[in-house]
Amino acid sequence: MDLWYWLVDLLPFEWAESGSMYFMKNALLAVLVISPLFGLLSTMVVEKKMSFFSDALGHSAFTGIAAGTLAGFADPNWCAAALAVCFALLFTWVRYRTNLAGDTVIGVFSSTAVALGIFLSTLGGQSFTKFNSLLVGDILSVTPSKIAVLGGILLLVVLLWVTSLNQLTLSAIHPALARSRGIRLWQQDALFNCAVALVVTLSMTWVGLLVINSTLILPGAAARNVSRNLRQYTLCSLALALLAGIAGLMVSYYIGSSAGASITLVLAGCFAVTFCFRKRTA
Amino acid sequence: MSREKHQNCHGGCEGRCCLRVEHLTVQLGEDLILDDVGFHLHCGELIALIGPNGAGKSSLFKSILGAIPYKGSITFQSAENGAQKPTIGYVPQSPGFDPDDPVSVLDLFLTATTRYPAFLPVPKKRREKVLEALARVNGESLIDKRVGMLSGGEVQRVLLAMALEPIPNLLILDEPMSGVDVEGEQQLLELLDHIRETYDLSILLSTHDFQTLNRVDKVILLQKRILAQGETREVLSSPAFRQIFGAETERGGNV
Repeated sequence: MDLWYWLVDLLPFEWAESGSMYFMKNALLAVLVISPLFGLLSTMVVEKKMSFFSDALGHSAFTGIAAGTLAGFADPNWCAAALAVCFALLFTWVRYRTNLAGDTVIGVFSSTAVALGIFLSTLGGQSFTKFNSLLVGDILSVTPSKIAVLGGILLLVVLLWVTSLNQLTLSAIHPALARSRGIRLWQQDALFNCAVALVVTLSMTWVGLLVINSTLILPGAAARNVSRNLRQYTLCSLALALLAGIAGLMVSYYIGSSAGASITLVLAGCFAVTFCFRKRTA
Repeated sequence: MSREKHQNCHGGCEGRCCLRVEHLTVQLGEDLILDDVGFHLHCGELIALIGPNGAGKSSLFKSILGAIPYKGSITFQSAENGAQKPTIGYVPQSPGFDPDDPVSVLDLFLTATTRYPAFLPVPKKRREKVLEALARVNGESLIDKRVGMLSGGEVQRVLLAMALEPIPNLLILDEPMSGVDVEGEQQLLELLDHIRETYDLSILLSTHDFQTLNRVDKVILLQKRILAQGETREVLSSPAFRQIFGAETERGGNV
């Protein structure tokens, strides 16, 4: 962290002065870790048409936190992560065992998770308000140890990308071809869904439950407007996520708005711009 | 190769490689999908499989690919090495790609045939290898096109190029003519002729299309069992064919 603080001190901003404003410096580092994470996952969430799945995961994460709090865990986030991974696996299993449309299955899981979450958190007449902070998220409260966890997750996702991007992509665009090439579709799906589950739960506290789905979809959606191959798609999604992450944090600092919401609004702006320059032909 | 094996091969496969399907039976739960199906497919031959929907065509392909359990035997005899496991090139039936998929033909190739992560810059060597494969189907110009922008015929050619990497002993195409226009179909048929003349392989395809049937060596009419097999004219004039397709062929050109 000292190296990071020293680096930031070189920046010519009011919050970058040495010896103060550590929360802002932490937040900036967290954004630099979370953004590429979302930028990468985003490409595949959109490619696999799973936009509402990540939304449902967010809901299940909330359930996990409620359950973790109820069980008396000091850090209910890990409980939420474990529950979200179970949720992702169960979802994948059900999806491969039914002929129901994907969005129906997602709907079933999403509603159940929300209901269970509210049920658990209001059990015995408790107030729901203590969970309000989760909904909006607060990146300024991030600590170096949490950033380290997120960094570890980023490494895992990069590893997943290097080893499985080919299979994931092929399964998404041509399942029959993927199957004939010996790819186990449900295995790929389960792996990817677990990755999304982990990322959503562990970054929810900082980004905010209400907007986390947008940050997971907008970079990929915006990149898709203008990309002609997987290299452009990935690069563009990463770049937009990073740009929006940094810009959103700055906006939030200078005008005092929520960081998660600001980042999402910048991303929405990116989508609008790429939409105007979208590819129309080959 | 032993003399005995030659004698087992009815229909004269002397010295030629041969895929033998014998007494193939596939059962899924209660349903009998394929019942005692048997035929030989020799090198250089092109056989078309016809039959109504649900006749078991895809199950036959899957059995040959080893993707579903079956009773009976499916063996392959190469001209030089005797019995061996055949390399199979498979072109699955293709739904259209999403028009906005940011996936180029090069990407599709990399994801399906290599472990090189397709989101990284592509080394020149790999690109050239893909170009080589595409050249076999006259498709070099398609390499940077997005898959969603390909015509039905172009999709089939690209998938065919992937199935030919490496050159297989047996090429299986599931409904290659669906979604392909007349011109593309003509191109594809000429291409298949060229491929079986150039390489030492045999081709098995399923189709509903008359134009294709006029270009094949042999037709197999399948409905759970083989109802008729032989030259195209023979099968098309068989009672079984008329019984199954009679009404439809009087109306139009597809079987």
